[in-house]
Amino acid sequence: MSNQSGRMLPEVTAESRDFWTGGFEDELRIYRCRACRGWIHPPVGACWRCHSRDVGPEVASGTGKVAAYTVNHHQWFPAFPPPYVIAAVELDDQPDVRLTTCLVECDVDAVEVGMAVEVVFDKQDDVALPFFRPVTK
Amino acid sequence: MTFVDDRAVITGIGQSQIGRRIGRTGIDLALEASERAVEHAGLSFDDIDGVASYPGPVNAEGGFVGATTHDVRDAFGLKTRWHVSGVETSGQIGTLLDAAAAVASGRATHVLCFRSVWEATAQASGRAAALTGKMARASGHSEFRLPFGAASPANWIGMYAQRYMHEFGLTREQIGKLVINGRRNAGLNPNAIYRDPMTMDDYLGARLISWPLGLYDCDVPCDGATAIIVSRREASTGLNNSPLAIEAAGASLAERHTWDQRADLTTMASHDAADSMWETTKLTPGDVDFATLYDGFSYLTTQWIEALGFCEHGKVGQFLDEEDRYRLDGELPINPHGGQLSAGRLHGYGFLHEACVQLWREGGDRQIAKDVEIAAVGIGGGPEAGCMLLRREG
Ligand SMILES: [Zn+2]
Repeated sequence: MSNQSGRMLPEVTAESRDFWTGGFEDELRIYRCRACRGWIHPPVGACWRCHSRDVGPEVASGTGKVAAYTVNHHQWFPAFPPPYVIAAVELDDQPDVRLTTCLVECDVDAVEVGMAVEVVFDKQDDVALPFFRPVTK
Repeated sequence: MTFVDDRAVITGIGQSQIGRRIGRTGIDLALEASERAVEHAGLSFDDIDGVASYPGPVNAEGGFVGATTHDVRDAFGLKTRWHVSGVETSGQIGTLLDAAAAVASGRATHVLCFRSVWEATAQASGRAAALTGKMARASGHSEFRLPFGAASPANWIGMYAQRYMHEFGLTREQIGKLVINGRRNAGLNPNAIYRDPMTMDDYLGARLISWPLGLYDCDVPCDGATAIIVSRREASTGLNNSPLAIEAAGASLAERHTWDQRADLTTMASHDAADSMWETTKLTPGDVDFATLYDGFSYLTTQWIEALGFCEHGKVGQFLDEEDRYRLDGELPINPHGGQLSAGRLHGYGFLHEACVQLWREGGDRQIAKDVEIAAVGIGGGPEAGCMLLRREG
């Protein structure tokens, strides 16, 4: 069962540990290739671009843009009362690397492709889920 | 050049009872479909020396895995020389393409290929725990989606649809025309789950699941099994049906197997599979007489229409506006049986079954009026897909 908040938390693996816990130090940690410097997500033990095995987590900027989104209207989890926004966020560090994430602190009807967003961590038990919110200036 | 040198053909098909909550097990349904397919081909179980299925004994909830190859082997006492199942394949027909390769290379003569689901009954009896919280933690392919409330393929595919609509102006009304076409065809299919006509108001007025996808963009869980016999060509003479050739097949995957990392979010693995299929045949999209295209979600069909070259990339909205073109009496009928949205989620194999039904002219009220010789079948979407061209001979 999900934790007390109702969130379905991730099974933390050796490869994903930094991604799921970096938020406790306010860092968005994404796998990166030390040979070609390309970012990689979800984390995996080699670089699909150059085939180097020298990959590991690095600190990403934590900012990005909405590449695609959906407004979910169906109740799947108690912790996610509809409507809520799920988005594919492309990282400013490398736009063809995306995170599927939740958009928070935003008007559901105001979301659009290209919208600038920044990471905000939702800390639950032993993980900090990287959610994103609109950048406000 | 043709798929496995034209040495593999389809000789028989069978389907079990199909319905909502019919209270039968997935094995029972698989056996019924298998019996019908073997009989339809004019074979006996002594002739079956291979079995292929999707997905095999994987850990899944909610009636997704109705039966394994071993279940069917055991039940009928089959003596097989070859069998396979698996979920890491190209759409739901991936193992069927393997079966064709197996008969072509002499490893088997007649392979029974099947897919069985009993999702409606399983979910009614409270076994759909995957989304409701029996899992302690999201793991495997769910690890990076479930913690964000992205629980359903409707969410993952909804994002693709949104981006495509943003790029190319595709509208919900245009997608709705495809859905309504399927429902109209389902009205002529006695085995379809939903047969009442649907209007655009019905479509647009249905509750949203994950915008831009509404209730009628999502297929309907059902109970049912489908079986297909793939035979070595030399062994197909003297059987009940003129064989259907597998003219070409595509199973390619050009990018990572993920729902969100594809370089171009306005395409899917369907494009990879279709590209590789066309490379292996002299036929062109213009030669296709009709198509059965996966619609686990309506948007997946729009991707197949583009991927298979029935319209240019970015132009599927205009294609859908020409409704006469893809009706039963049109130039390119699509999903004569109603697809999974109306006829039930037989999970891929239903599209292959319908292509065979039409090519053998066994469609009854829904039989395409014109003579049909070439069918395109597209199954899957998102990160994995498979497609084939079938050709009627004689
Ligand atoms: Zn690299």
